Amino acid sequence: MSGSQTAEAVDLAEEEQLDNSRAPRMDQSQAVAEDFQSVAQEEYETHGTVTAEDPVMTVRDCNVFYGDAQALFDVNLDIGRNQVVALIGPSGCGKSTFIRCLNRMNDTIDTAVVTGDIRLYGEDINSKSTDVVLLRARVGMVFQKPNPFPKSIFENVAYGPRLHGLASNRAELDEIVETSLRRAGLWEEAKDRLDQPGTGLSGGQQQRLCIARTIAVNPEVILMDEPCSALDPIATARIEDLIDELSENYAIAIVTHSMQQAARVSQRTAYFHLGKLIEVDETNRIFTNPGHKLTEDYVTGRFG
Amino acid sequence: MAVASFVLGRRRSIATVGGYSSIRSLHSLPKYYGYYAAIWCGLPGLLLVAAWLSLSDSVITGRVVASLPEALRGSSDAQLGLLVNDIKNLAAGQFVNPNRAVELGAAAELYNSLQASARWILSGLIVALGLAGFLYSATRLQPDFRARNKVETVIKAALVVASTIAIFTTVGILLSVLFEALRFFQKISFTEFLFGLTWSPQTALRADQVGSSGAFGAIPLFAGTLLISGIAMFVALPIGLMTAVYLTEYASPRIRAVIKPVLEILAGIPTVVYGFFAALTVAPLLRDLGTSLGLEVASESALGAGLVMGVMIIPFVSSLTDDVINAVPQAMRDGSYALGATKSETVKRVILPAALPGIVGGALLAVSRAIGETMIVVMAAGLAANLTVNPLQAVTTVTVQIVTLLVGDQEFDSAKTLAAFALGLVLFVVTLILNVFALHVVRKYREQYE
Amino acid sequence: MTADEKRAQEETLRRVRASLARRYRSERRFRLFGLSSALLGLAFVAFLFVTIIGNGYTAFWQTQFKLDIYFDPAVIDPDGQADPQQLASANYRALIRDALQSELPDVSGRREMRELNRLISAGAEFDLRDEVVANVALIGSTRELWITADDEVDMLVKGHVERDEQGGARRLSDSQLRWIDALAADGRVEQRFNVNFFTRGDSRDPEQAGIAGAAKGSLFALLVTLVIAFPLGIAAAVYLEEFAPRNRWIDLVEVNINNLAAVPSIVFGLLGLSVFLNFFGLPRSAPLVGGLVLSLMTLPTIIIASRAAIKSVPPSVREAALGLGASQVQTVLHHVVPLAMPGMLTGAIIGMARALGESAPLLMIGMVAFIVEVPQSITDPATALPVQVFLWADSPERAFVERTSAATMVLLAFLLAMNAVAIWLRNKFERRW
Repeated sequence: MSGSQTAEAVDLAEEEQLDNSRAPRMDQSQAVAEDFQSVAQEEYETHGTVTAEDPVMTVRDCNVFYGDAQALFDVNLDIGRNQVVALIGPSGCGKSTFIRCLNRMNDTIDTAVVTGDIRLYGEDINSKSTDVVLLRARVGMVFQKPNPFPKSIFENVAYGPRLHGLASNRAELDEIVETSLRRAGLWEEAKDRLDQPGTGLSGGQQQRLCIARTIAVNPEVILMDEPCSALDPIATARIEDLIDELSENYAIAIVTHSMQQAARVSQRTAYFHLGKLIEVDETNRIFTNPGHKLTEDYVTGRFG
Repeated sequence: MAVASFVLGRRRSIATVGGYSSIRSLHSLPKYYGYYAAIWCGLPGLLLVAAWLSLSDSVITGRVVASLPEALRGSSDAQLGLLVNDIKNLAAGQFVNPNRAVELGAAAELYNSLQASARWILSGLIVALGLAGFLYSATRLQPDFRARNKVETVIKAALVVASTIAIFTTVGILLSVLFEALRFFQKISFTEFLFGLTWSPQTALRADQVGSSGAFGAIPLFAGTLLISGIAMFVALPIGLMTAVYLTEYASPRIRAVIKPVLEILAGIPTVVYGFFAALTVAPLLRDLGTSLGLEVASESALGAGLVMGVMIIPFVSSLTDDVINAVPQAMRDGSYALGATKSETVKRVILPAALPGIVGGALLAVSRAIGETMIVVMAAGLAANLTVNPLQAVTTVTVQIVTLLVGDQEFDSAKTLAAFALGLVLFVVTLILNVFALHVVRKYREQYE
Repeated sequence: MTADEKRAQEETLRRVRASLARRYRSERRFRLFGLSSALLGLAFVAFLFVTIIGNGYTAFWQTQFKLDIYFDPAVIDPDGQADPQQLASANYRALIRDALQSELPDVSGRREMRELNRLISAGAEFDLRDEVVANVALIGSTRELWITADDEVDMLVKGHVERDEQGGARRLSDSQLRWIDALAADGRVEQRFNVNFFTRGDSRDPEQAGIAGAAKGSLFALLVTLVIAFPLGIAAAVYLEEFAPRNRWIDLVEVNINNLAAVPSIVFGLLGLSVFLNFFGLPRSAPLVGGLVLSLMTLPTIIIASRAAIKSVPPSVREAALGLGASQVQTVLHHVVPLAMPGMLTGAIIGMARALGESAPLLMIGMVAFIVEVPQSITDPATALPVQVFLWADSPERAFVERTSAATMVLLAFLLAMNAVAIWLRNKFERRW
């Protein structure tokens, strides 16, 4: 773990620096250059509305450092109930870093330091006294690459409930597994092979298995870090449908590289650039009438 | 001579194209022509020397023995060996029993003169071969001659030979051990050796001695080896595993920076030091402890040897498991943490199961090391072949017996010394199977995550 | 979200909370178990070093008596010819006895004289002889000399043997004890640097025994190993990494090398015994054979390390050289091997360190004998440092425990130094591509 962890931290940090150094050369117009300068200023005011009507999570003045490199600057953002928030932006803009703050996954990187006020239902989750185990049971996460455990399909889904003692007997556990697989849309494909290894499924199925695994713990928020980037278009479509269904019950934050995906699945969209949250608003608005030049350049495909 | 032919060959190559000015019309650089000539000059000679050295001694000895008077020669192989040794010592001007010296004086002189003439013949042959090689190569040195390619072929051939040394070593081990073991099995039946329950390899000095036939049932040795290895693994496996887990999953970089080198030191300590430590400190400690608990602990108990051997294996297990655990992708950990698992839950339920094949492979390698470990058991385990599972008693192991049977004066044909080779064969085969299987498992495991 | 959902989530939360205390306890237990395992390793290293150093450091000093030796011509050179033969066989013990007696005039009777005599090392007279033979002018003069004491005296003075347990560990009589005290009160007993330990071969007398013979045997064996295993190892690694085709034969070679690295060392000893000694008839107990066996044993280690070093040379270097028209052999010899050399050297040193600590195969080929002479060539009979440790560890005298520990310390010091060099080399030349 040590090696990969540090390497990851370095990668993330390097990516940030790389972007910082390259950014000026990417300009295609004077206007963009000016916008960059305005972003580079110390105090930056996010465009649009950062607050949500019925917030599950609120983030205020969030800063993240990987060693000496700062990866996130004063980010403010709410995640609303029964809502999908899409986080978009060029590589290394800090959107994955941000999402990892929401369930303290940055703790697993030795050099990472997260500051700011992050609350789940008004409870500070970024303080020392926060119980990370409890937090992560409430805020689930799905990763970029499907990462089923090297266990059977059943055991993969039953892993969380078993840990947390959610089922008092085998029948309850069976029920949780079945419900979770059904909700993840994997039941029909998997019900006859529950005892076979989860790694034997196709990529899209694996990712749905990971989603089933996450919802088996009955979380309040689900974080998704580019869940479809390793999948083919058909599998992607299924996952997007699934996200849509899940948003009826969960608050969801999804990092995505694909603007079409953001437009399809989310109600709100946040645009990150160089570790700063540039703009956040109704998805429609972001894609039709963005308030910031950088957002416009990005969604119209001028860079990124 | 080879150097001279290098210089000459290089010169000649330049001369053939008419001096430095037209050096480009040579196929290869001049020095390669030099190397080519040097190889032709030196290599045959070297091969000759190698062959000569390995054979001349036995040829000369054979002739010397043939010249000996019948009375001296008619003795057994072992006595003849002693005789030859005496002759050689005498020839080298070393001290030999004076009575013997008179008898063997002539033989020693013959030996010396044969050696001397052998040296002369050898030198002459080398010079002749070298010259012939050089002349041959000189005729080949033409501008369009591909000297570099020829030289490179020789280099590659040398590399191939070097890489096959490992194969030769294995074959050598197998043949030498097998050959002697087969001679042993001509005297003692295979089944008696493998399944016999008594081991007492004393063979009689005189045929009429009481209890003259030794017993060669190796089961007590196998049991003793397993007992000590078992104790060692019982110590090393949990501690090594947990150390690796702690170092990879919990320890801060600073703690790692302290503990890892210390473990490397532990791994680098020679086994003889562990053996000394076991005999000097651990065994008395255990005996005192046993006495205070009212237990009878043998001063060379299996427990003492096993404990120390376990400590020796800890770093081995921990570094192997360390690698294996590191190979488990970070994504697995992230997946588990994201579901709200604690570190220990992640380790126990995800990482260790995922790493299990690799850990098993590493453990098998460790077992193979424990079985083959020699010095600790020689110094801290007993010689008596007790068939027992009581770790407080003294037991003996395969390696201990090999050492006891082969160290010191020996007649090479006795069942006693040959038995050591039979034990060596068993040891080699068992560890070979363990190693090949374990290495295969570990390799498959790595490929899975690459 | 429905009310049902809400309730379900609250129920989940309740159950998770309920499980937390138990899970954190088990987490702490597990962590503690891990930490104590790691610390156990540390503790063991500490324990081992403390025991060995505690037992052994005193061996670097040796108790000696300061005596005024009168080189009596009547005893050592009655003819006055200073004939070397005569000098070599003279009775030097008498000189020491006389000197002792003049210090302790109350000693009388044959029994007491014998006891007095036993205070002095059996080898002390030969030290005197060597001095006289080297410098004839000493004859007739009186010199104040430091004479090596017997090991029993040494142990008593160093406090390894209790004064008041005669008959047990203490082998000295009460009167011997008295004499030692008298000499000590006179300032004539002192612990001085133990030169013998570093310059002598083995001996039955602990105070005369040294590690020079064993160290030199180890040195010779390692030289043979280096000369054979290093070039062969590199050549094999170069072939396997750069030239070998990917086929089953090469797979076999690879499996073979990895397996050889894990074959018990004693099996290599058996190979050495039956091939080098019995088949080729090489001399027993010789560092030459020891080196041959050790080189076969270290070869896999060197090959594996060298291959790793060659692998770490990026393909771009090879491509660049090949692109300039160098042949494959030239590319490898001129570019790849020099770049991989630090890694190969590191591997070689680590292999050598392992070979230095190895004793089991040496037992098989007879490098385990009582050898007094320091070997002068690779075919002289010799032991090796670890084997010396093994031999001394078997000796009953208390003084040999001390010397065994000291020899171990020397051995460990060599090993640590070699490993330190390897680490230094690795850090200095480690290149990130």
